[in-house]
Amino acid sequence: MSIKNTSTSYGSVSIIIHWVMALTIFFMFGLGLYMVELTYYDSWYKGSFDLHKSLGIVLFFLLLFRVTWRYMNINPVALSHKRWEVIAGYIAHFSLYVIILLLMFSGYFISTADGRGIVVFKLFSVPALPVSIENQEDLSGDVHAALAWGLILLVLMHVGVSLKHHFTGKDKTLIRMLKS
Amino acid sequence: MKSLFKKTAAATALIAALLTAQAHAADYKIDVEGAHAFVQFKIQHLGYSWLLGRFNTFNGSFNWDAKKPNDSVIDVVIQTSSIDSNHAERDKHLKGKGFLDVNKFPTARFKSTSFSENKKDKDYTVTGDLTLRGVTKSISFDVEKIGEGKDPWGGQRVGFEGDVKLKLSDYGINYNLGPASEWVEMELFIEGIKQ
Repeated sequence: MSIKNTSTSYGSVSIIIHWVMALTIFFMFGLGLYMVELTYYDSWYKGSFDLHKSLGIVLFFLLLFRVTWRYMNINPVALSHKRWEVIAGYIAHFSLYVIILLLMFSGYFISTADGRGIVVFKLFSVPALPVSIENQEDLSGDVHAALAWGLILLVLMHVGVSLKHHFTGKDKTLIRMLKS
Repeated sequence: MKSLFKKTAAATALIAALLTAQAHAADYKIDVEGAHAFVQFKIQHLGYSWLLGRFNTFNGSFNWDAKKPNDSVIDVVIQTSSIDSNHAERDKHLKGKGFLDVNKFPTARFKSTSFSENKKDKDYTVTGDLTLRGVTKSISFDVEKIGEGKDPWGGQRVGFEGDVKLKLSDYGINYNLGPASEWVEMELFIEGIKQ
């Protein structure tokens, strides 16, 4: 098991970070939908938001590391034969990264709209930007919700295509993200 | 032709009425440009403390003649999305469906129906229709004149304060904030400049 990627396989670092982020993002989606329905006297009313914000910041650092790692490494060659499939795959993967990043920023802009920072697991605080716009918390909230649903739709497509590779194309696309 | 004439006459009468109403209502304009007016609120937090906030954007005018206080009329329109409790996440919540639902109900309005001099401790009692979250109710509360006179810049000003307790559920706000937080105290501080 290699740490780094090769032209045909993913290394352990890429595999672990892919699945850690995937599971965390699914959890964040569920948590996000759940926590906004909690009411004032639910004991997790405050804690759920604190956890969501803290995990969001952690995911941001994971994403930074992931993108850096990706560019320090070679990437396994796509296993599609058609040119349009390779291009579509590239666009879809790029979009996943961009949507995740925008999702993080929109969440950050809700919580920091009044100049308060985001406290991460009571360990440190990420400061707010010195400028804000009118009704920033509402605008960012709408964007955050729309992007979250958009991301989940794209993820479903991502899962669907990987299953298609596995069952119809009978190639290693899915398997090589599970073991190196 | 006859109906056109009728319509024109009706429109003219309407415009004239509006202009008169406006001229009448523009007696004193609330000094929102100089921010010498405040619409604040106060609600208990868990029964342990007070939470304060305000509405930053509102507008209004009133009539005032110290010799004929009973003729006074006031009309204030508040932009509900301007709620500010010094915490963006809370404000977002308060602007949402469970509370002010500002997308559906962008404004709240108080329009007085009577104004009367009070011989007791407070100076005046105002009664009027408050429209909040689409619900219109007649409310009545005491107001006090703070002072009246010339300002140093060539104008004439008068200021009042008043407060009223509102039950949240009366206006369709049924979110459970706890038994101590079923009422909100609205505090109004207004200063008008004579037009």
